[in-house]
Amino acid sequence: MDQTAKTATAQAARPEVERDWSRSAWTWASWITLGILLIWSWSPAEMFRWTFLVSDAGNMAEYASGFARPDFSQWRYYIDEMLVTIQIALWGTFLAAVVAVPFGILSARNIAPWYVVQPVRRLMDACRSIHELVFAVLFVVAVGLGPFAGVMALFVHTTGILAKLFSEAVEAIDARPVEAIRATGASRLQEVVFGVVPQVMPLWMSYALYRFESNVRAATVLGVIGAGGIGQVLFESIRGFYYPQASAMLIIMLVTVSLIDLLSQQLRKLFL
Amino acid sequence: MTAISIRNLSKSFGKKRALDNVSLDIQRGEMVALIGASGSGKSTLIRHICGLEIGQAGQSTVEVLGSSIQHGGRLATKARDMRRNIGVVFQQFNLVGRLSVLSNVLLGNLGRIPVWRGTLGWFTAEEKKAARAALARVGIPEVAWQRASTLSGGQQQRAAIARTLVQRSNILLADEPIASLDPSSARRIMEILAAVNREENITCVVSLHQVEYARRYCPRTVALRDGRIVFDGPSSELTNPMLVELYGANSEELILPEALPQPAKPKRVAEPERVPAFA
Repeated sequence: MDQTAKTATAQAARPEVERDWSRSAWTWASWITLGILLIWSWSPAEMFRWTFLVSDAGNMAEYASGFARPDFSQWRYYIDEMLVTIQIALWGTFLAAVVAVPFGILSARNIAPWYVVQPVRRLMDACRSIHELVFAVLFVVAVGLGPFAGVMALFVHTTGILAKLFSEAVEAIDARPVEAIRATGASRLQEVVFGVVPQVMPLWMSYALYRFESNVRAATVLGVIGAGGIGQVLFESIRGFYYPQASAMLIIMLVTVSLIDLLSQQLRKLFL
Repeated sequence: MTAISIRNLSKSFGKKRALDNVSLDIQRGEMVALIGASGSGKSTLIRHICGLEIGQAGQSTVEVLGSSIQHGGRLATKARDMRRNIGVVFQQFNLVGRLSVLSNVLLGNLGRIPVWRGTLGWFTAEEKKAARAALARVGIPEVAWQRASTLSGGQQQRAAIARTLVQRSNILLADEPIASLDPSSARRIMEILAAVNREENITCVVSLHQVEYARRYCPRTVALRDGRIVFDGPSSELTNPMLVELYGANSEELILPEALPQPAKPKRVAEPERVPAFA
C-alpha cells in the first residue's frame, strides 16, 4: 500500500465528531415543557393563596397551642394501639411482597412478552392508583370494621407499588448471566430463579422494607375509617377536642416511625 | 462425524451485515480458532451455533451433532434440550455474581436433571462432588465457597469453564474467553481449553483476537472478515504477511506486538504450578 492510499484510509476512518443538535434541542424542549406545565397548574392548584401562609399564620399557632401539653397518662393504651398499627402494616406488607414477586417479574419487559406485560401492568396500575382509604372502605363492607380490613387495603395497594418497583429492578439487571444459564439448557423459570432473582434480591428487600415504613404511616391514617390501631384512637380524640391526648399519640407515632426507619436502614445494609 | 454444520447463515444488525452467507463444518474432537478483527462476526457466529441468536429467514441451517438447532430463521423447538450438549464460555464470564462459585458451577447441571429439582436448587451429593472436582480440575478448588463476584477475571473464567465441565457437553464454544484477561491468565485458560479438548475429546470452537494463540493452541483456524469466511485451514499456514493481505491495516490488532514464543512448551518461569492435572 503506498503512502497516499494509507493517509486516505486514515482520514476516512476518522470522521469528525459533530455536535449532536437533536440532543441539545431535546434538553431545551423538555425544560420548556416543564415550565409550561407548572404555569398551567398554578391557578387550578390555587397556588395564589400562598400569601395566607404569612398573613394568617396566627390561626395555625393558636390551633397548634392546643397540642403544646401532651398528656401521657394513658401511654400503655397508646403503645398497645401503636403495636396493632405496626402489626397491620407488617401483614399488609408481607402479603404484598410475596404476591408482588410474580407480578413484578411478569411486568418486566425483558422477561415476559408484551401481551403478558401490558395486562399485568394495567392491573398493577389499578392497585396502585386507587388509594388505600378507598380499598379500606371497600373491605370494611366485606369483612367488617377492624384491623383486617386495614391489612387487606394495604396489601392490595402495596402489591401495586412493589410490583412496579420490583419490575424496574428486574429490567435493570445484567442480562449476561441469564444468557449463560440459558446456555446450560435451563428452563425459562430456572433462568429467572438463578439468573434474575439473585441479582435483584437486595433491591427487592430494600424496597419491601421501605414500603413497610410507609405502611406504618399509612396504617395510622386507615384508622380514620375504622380500620383499627392508633389511628382510630387518634382521630377520635381529635374529633372530641382532646388535644393533649392526641399530642401524646402523635409523639409516640413519631418516635415509632423514626425507630422503624433506623432499624430498617440497618437491615438494608445487611442485604446490600 | 460432524459436530457443527452451518449452511448459508446470514445475519444483519440494522444496516450492518454481521454474517454473510457463512457455511462451515467442524468435525468431532476438533479444536478450531475463529479469528477476526472487532466486528468481523466471530461472536455472532458463536451465538448462532448455541441458538442464543437467530439467523435471517432463508435457507440457513445450523446443525449441531446431527440435529438442527435453527433453520430458516426459526429456533428449533428442541433448542433448549440441545443446549445442554453445547457449553458456552463468554468473554465477560457471565457468572451470577452474588452466588457462590460452587453454586455457579452446579448450575451447569440444570439441563441434565429433572426440572423441578433444578428449579428448587436441589443438587445431589454426587453432583456437588462432581462440581468440586471440576473446580479442582481448573485449578481453583479453594474458592468454592466465595461469592463469584470476589474472584479475579482469570479465576472467574476458570469457574465458567468448570460450569461447562459439569454440564458434560460434547461441544464447547468459547466467545473471546481471553480477551479481558492478562497474558498469564489468558495462557492458562487456553491450556485448560486445549486439555479439555485433548482429554475428553470435546469439540472446541474458540474465538480469538490474537492469531498467536490460535497458532499455538488450535490446529485449525477459520478467519472472518465483515461476516465472511476468508480463510479456513491449518493455523500454521496463517502467516503474518497473509494476515496483512487479508485484513490490511486492521491486521495490526490481530498480531501481538511481541510475539509469543512459538514452541509448544510454554515458558513457566514466574508462574507457580497450579494446574497439576495436565502439567
